[in-house]
Amino acid sequence: MRQTKNLELMVGVFVFLGLASLVLLAFNISNLGNSFSSPSVYSVKAHFDNVGGLRTRAKVTMSGVNVGRVVSVAYDQKISRALVTMEIQSDYPLTTDTQASIYTAGLLGEQYISLEPGAEDEVLRDGDSIYLSQSALVLEEIVGKVLVNLTTK
Amino acid sequence: MMRNLFERTGEKTLGFLQRLGRASIFLFHVLKGFPIVLTRPKLLLDSLYSVGVLSLLIIVFSALFVGMVISLLGYVTLVDFGAEQSLGVLVALSILRELAPVLTALLYSGRAGSALTAEIGLMKATEQLASIEMMAIDPIRRVITPRFVAGIIAVPLLTLMFMVVGIYSGYLIGHGWLGVDEGSFWAQMQSKVQWNYDILNGLLKGFIFGIAVNWIALFEGYDAVPTSEGVARATTRSVVYSALIVLALDFILTSIMFVEV
Repeated sequence: MRQTKNLELMVGVFVFLGLASLVLLAFNISNLGNSFSSPSVYSVKAHFDNVGGLRTRAKVTMSGVNVGRVVSVAYDQKISRALVTMEIQSDYPLTTDTQASIYTAGLLGEQYISLEPGAEDEVLRDGDSIYLSQSALVLEEIVGKVLVNLTTK
Repeated sequence: MMRNLFERTGEKTLGFLQRLGRASIFLFHVLKGFPIVLTRPKLLLDSLYSVGVLSLLIIVFSALFVGMVISLLGYVTLVDFGAEQSLGVLVALSILRELAPVLTALLYSGRAGSALTAEIGLMKATEQLASIEMMAIDPIRRVITPRFVAGIIAVPLLTLMFMVVGIYSGYLIGHGWLGVDEGSFWAQMQSKVQWNYDILNGLLKGFIFGIAVNWIALFEGYDAVPTSEGVARATTRSVVYSALIVLALDFILTSIMFVEV
C-alpha cells in the first residue's frame, strides 16, 4: 500500500512538472502572456515621420541604459505620422522636452528608441506625448540621396 | 544465380510487408484496448513510473548541456555581426522546433523503449503472455495497452521539460557567462517565439514521435523470437528502427510545419 502511494506521488510530480513546463513556456518564453508581472510603468507617446523597422517590445534606452519598452507602433491618420507608445519604468521620470530618436543596434541589429532628457523642470505624466522626435535612418533613403547628389554634380 | 538473387529479393520484400502488416494489426489491437485504460487508470501507474519518471534524469541532464552548447556556439557566430542580442531567439527556436522533440525521442527510445522491448520479449520467451491468455485475459489489453498509453503520455511531457530546461540553461550561459543583456535575451525571444506555431508544433512533433517510438518498441518485443538471442536482437532493432524512424519523420514534419515554399 505504502509503495503504491509512493508511486502515485512520483507519477504525480512527473505529470505536474510537465504541465508546469507548459505554463512556463506559454507565459515566459512565447508571446502568449507578456503583460505579466511587469514593474510599475507609465506610458508615453511620441510621433515619428518614419519608424523604420521599429517593432513592438523594442527597448527604450536613456544613455544606453534600458528604461522601458515599446508597447505599440501604429499609424496616426489625423496627422499622417507614426504613433509609438512606450512604457517607461516609474523610476525614470522624463522632462517635457525629452527628445526621442530611433537608432539601430549594430549594423544589422534591432532598432530601439533612445531618449535624451532636456532641461525643463516639469516631467511627463502617464499618457503625455514627447514632441521632439527624430526618425529612423532608412538606408535606402540615404543611398537614394547620395545617388541623386552624385548624378546631378 | 540470377534466379537466386530475385528469389532472395522477393523473400525479403514479402517478409518486410508481412511484418508491416503484423505491426499494423498489433497497433489496432493495442488501440482497441484503450477503453480499459480509461476505466482502470491504475494500470498506467507502474508503466508511467518506469517509462516517465525514471527517464526524467537523463532528459534533464541532456537538455542542460544541449542548451549550454547551443548558447555558446550561437554566441560565437552572432557576436561577429553584433547580433548577440538575438541569442535568445536562436536558442529558443532551435530547441523548441528541433532539438527538444528529436533528442527526447532518441533518448527515450534508448532509456525506456529498449527496456519495454526486453520486458515484453522476455515475457513472451518465458511464456508469461501465454499464461495470461490461458486465464482468458487478453495479454495485449492487459499488458501492452497500458504501457503504450503511458508512453504516449510520457514523451510529450518529457519534451516539454526538455524545452524549458534547455532554454533556461542557454540563458544561464548567455547571461551569466557571456554577458548578453538579460532584457533583450528574453524580449527578443518572446517577440519571435509564437505559442501556437513554435511551441505547439514542437509538442505535436513530440506526440507523433512518442507514438512511433512506443509502437516500435512494443511491437519488437511482442514479435521477438522467444529465445534469449531473439530478445537481444529485438532490443537492438527497437533502438535502431526508432532512431531511423524518428529522424525520417522529423524531416517530413519539419518540411510540413516550418517551411513555407
